[in-house]
Amino acid sequence: MSRQKRILRKVSNLPIIKGFKPYGISFDENREGIKLLYEEYEALRLCDYELLNHHQASIMMGVSRPTFTRIYATALQKIAKAFVEGKQISIEGGKVYFDSDWYHCQKCGCYFNNPLKDQKVEGCPLCKNFNIEKYENNNIDNHI
Amino acid sequence: MRVAIASTSNTLDARICEHFGRCDYFIIYDTESKAIEYIPNPYKYDDYDAGIKSVELVTTRNISKIISGEFGLKIKPMLDKLKIQLIVVKDHNKKISNIIELLNQ
Repeated sequence: MSRQKRILRKVSNLPIIKGFKPYGISFDENREGIKLLYEEYEALRLCDYELLNHHQASIMMGVSRPTFTRIYATALQKIAKAFVEGKQISIEGGKVYFDSDWYHCQKCGCYFNNPLKDQKVEGCPLCKNFNIEKYENNNIDNHI
Repeated sequence: MRVAIASTSNTLDARICEHFGRCDYFIIYDTESKAIEYIPNPYKYDDYDAGIKSVELVTTRNISKIISGEFGLKIKPMLDKLKIQLIVVKDHNKKISNIIELLNQ
């Protein structure tokens, strides 16, 4: 049976690091590390850094609440596994796109984003025109 | 509401700068009092992180929007956190006075 198609998860920004290395044990570069997916990093960031609840965080990532909880649970499991087994964590891959929520104004030709994600964009911030459209071209589809 | 505009010089006839961190002047425009402040960009010739330092400078003026021709990659997460809106004007021939007119509409 084929797995249901995954919807893309929205990630606001890439993490500033590529991963973590343990210290205190003899470290072997070739030893297999743990891959933390971008969506798992994002789930952890939203929940435990931005202190959102699962419902709010799921809206930010554009997935359902149960899916979000599942992503969050795997993130915690992977981190726990890396801690206990002294493994390296690398943050990579995942079925994500980078949220930028850019809009394009048809009248003055400017592009703008919406930093207040809980509010809807009403019009162009420059010329106050309502003829705006979502700008989709810069979405990055990052498959595993 | 205050808006920061990246400008190529310190007059209203100046054009919008294509690079936020390396523009010549930041113009802080207050839409309520119509006050205009020109800040020369001290980081223009810095080797790195000009954008980040520029954001730190303009955010001391309590702005809620930044208008520029282009933005670098590093400042986007910073501005997201500060909830500052980015406006990219691709038409680089637009003068600062045109932009202020649009803001006053």
